[in-house]
Amino acid sequence: MLEPGLRAVTAALKKPVPRPLVKGPNTRTMVVATVSACLAYLLVVFFWGRFMDPGLYAVNYADKFLAPGAGHPFGTDFMGRDMFFRSIRGLSTSLVIGVIAAAVSSVIGLALGILSAVVGKAFDKVVLWGVDLCMGLPHLVLLILISFMLGKGAYGVTVGIALTHWPELTRVVRAEVLQLRSSVYVQAAYKMGQGRLRVALRHIVPHVIPVYLVGVVLLFPHAIMHEASLTFLGFGLPAETPAIGVILSEAMKHIATGKWWLALFPGLMLVVTVVLFDLIGDGMKKLLNPHSGNL
Amino acid sequence: MRLEAQDVRFRYGGAGARPGGGPGGGSVPEAGAGPGWVLDGVSLRIEAGERVALVGPSGCGKSTLAKILAGYLAPASGAVLLDGAPLPRRGYCPVQMVFQHPELSVNPRWNMGRVLTESWAPDEALLRELGIEREWLRRWPIELSGGELQRFCIARVLGPGTRFLICDEISTMLDVITQAQIWQLLLRVAEERGLGLLVITHSQPLAEKVCTRIVNL
Repeated sequence: MLEPGLRAVTAALKKPVPRPLVKGPNTRTMVVATVSACLAYLLVVFFWGRFMDPGLYAVNYADKFLAPGAGHPFGTDFMGRDMFFRSIRGLSTSLVIGVIAAAVSSVIGLALGILSAVVGKAFDKVVLWGVDLCMGLPHLVLLILISFMLGKGAYGVTVGIALTHWPELTRVVRAEVLQLRSSVYVQAAYKMGQGRLRVALRHIVPHVIPVYLVGVVLLFPHAIMHEASLTFLGFGLPAETPAIGVILSEAMKHIATGKWWLALFPGLMLVVTVVLFDLIGDGMKKLLNPHSGNL
Repeated sequence: MRLEAQDVRFRYGGAGARPGGGPGGGSVPEAGAGPGWVLDGVSLRIEAGERVALVGPSGCGKSTLAKILAGYLAPASGAVLLDGAPLPRRGYCPVQMVFQHPELSVNPRWNMGRVLTESWAPDEALLRELGIEREWLRRWPIELSGGELQRFCIARVLGPGTRFLICDEISTMLDVITQAQIWQLLLRVAEERGLGLLVITHSQPLAEKVCTRIVNL
């Protein structure tokens, strides 16, 4: 009996949207363009570094300590290795660790956040204790501890970073779910005869997913920075792997003798990568937020 | 049909407050009965087809009583009965409520067409009478004014299963003409379907104009 009304409503929804009078690309297009550009850059760096011929950054004592120039845009180090290719290769390693860490941490964060908001008071308390415990400890100290316990190396760093980045996301997801559960429109949906599953799928999930996605993307720069700093301090990746942390810590030995390019370019690459991830996260936040995304 | 509250007691944060319930109950008002009790032994009865106004100063528990009557909050003691039986816990609740803040009552991620048809599909005539324009259906909640949103909030709870409608300060944000239109429509629908109406308002003239009985809390 409700069909005709429903059909009319759907028909109205299908009519073309009148174009706004403002000329030029709108906010949405701009944000999409920015995010795609950042993503493209990161993907290029990732695949280029992953499948790079190690010969490109091989030891070559004939060419050591060359300043940046035509043959070596970022110069060469004390073993004559090309810094440009080493940096790209190092960044791709950082990206892999970042992806693994963000994936593991975000799943822990999502699960604990939702359970914390749904299960009950006691469980919530335990989770919050865990969050406070992890956030109360200096992050780097915790990372060093875990990485050292697991025998350093790529394994130690990855596990350490994967296991220590969940508390922020847990907090955010928990707060979001709690707020949604008590919101008038969710309560009204229950009263209008919508079942628990239906409300969860139609009201709650669409709100939590964007928060989660943005959280995951914003987790990347943290993970990458921590990987670099851990390696820089000597608790991370071994010295022979091309990694930004290794490159930077080696560069420190030579910076006093005027080899500025060893630290500057790889450092810059790291900062650019982190900033791009931040841009992607912010762009996604804008697109997925109903107060800015539909404009 | 008859909706009644029997000797209802309630306080925020105390025993009986449903966890996760109570959207923004605000601070616990000092006014009213015993210490901390927002409602202390309140009884109210509404018959089908009756229009009751609930009047009282700010913070005396009008909205709280409304939420209890509609099943949004559970009383600490006492009962809410619909024809002698407790309100159904699941399924479409015969007692529906329209809130004071429409912008909080609709999901900001849903377009208005979806909001409107969440539980039933109002027909063209009802939409026209409520002054809901076709074109609004594809808009998002932030693209409508409070008054426009409120019309959607009213339309979506006028489903065939509704027996009692609780209106908590629903017309405060509307201009006078819209206010008059909406009340005329609500009164007509209530008459046609024999709905019971509980109208919460600060405005004595509105209460006198719209309702058949005025209750002071």
